[in-house]
Amino acid sequence: MIGLTHYLILGTILFSIGLYGVLAKRNAVAVLMSIELILNAVNINFVAANRFVAGDGVIGQLFSIFVIVVAAAEVAVGLALIISIVRHKKSVNLDDYNILKW
Amino acid sequence: MNWPYIIFYVLAAVTIIAALGVVALPNIVHSALCLVLTFVGVAGIYFYLGADFIGLVQILAYAGAISVLIIFAIMLLLSREVSESNPSHGRGKWKAAIFAELFAFLIILSIYFTSWTHGIAPDWTDSIGKIAYMLMGDYVIAFEVAAVLLLGAVIGAIILARGEDKR
Repeated sequence: MIGLTHYLILGTILFSIGLYGVLAKRNAVAVLMSIELILNAVNINFVAANRFVAGDGVIGQLFSIFVIVVAAAEVAVGLALIISIVRHKKSVNLDDYNILKW
Repeated sequence: MNWPYIIFYVLAAVTIIAALGVVALPNIVHSALCLVLTFVGVAGIYFYLGADFIGLVQILAYAGAISVLIIFAIMLLLSREVSESNPSHGRGKWKAAIFAELFAFLIILSIYFTSWTHGIAPDWTDSIGKIAYMLMGDYVIAFEVAAVLLLGAVIGAIILARGEDKR
């Protein structure tokens, strides 16, 4: 039977792929997409833990709804930030963003 | 045939391969399309778990809205050669890969050696009604804060993307 560990391992693999993307990609939009992967992995863990461990109500589903809301806000602000920076620096490459470096 | 296993493993394989495509493909438009496939795969996982409402929200909010937002931003931001638009760090790529693999290894190990206390499977019939009661009952403050957060995010995104006034 497919148990909790299957879902947790799937979530771990998705999280690690997203972690690799955050650390290794140089395109700012690609980093944002990797963060979305990480949030999806966390959501899988919430729903699976609700299904197998909590055994009561829909609290995990409720938490994953809040995660989705925060993810939507984060993507909107993040993309607006990237567009605003690209207007000044003419580049989406994260290596060119050193305006906070003193 | 062992259908529960087959369905889960097909869904998991689609999700993971599409997620690998997001970080590995050199063209960022292809990465974005792989991201949509990942979202749909995760929605399938939710359906398989029995969380139908979360699966629908996933398709609606992630595969619908967020991916369209990301693809629009990519179209606005694409400047040079599209086939090399999603590069990785040269040497940093290998360090990141080793770090991510070590992380995954440690977490999977700790998942494997933890003895999980399995409860009774919750009753998820009419899950939408239960979620609605919790949102409007015990968690109404979090619900309202989420509304304010979304409003602030929308206003902030408009202000940031519009840029300063040029008078």
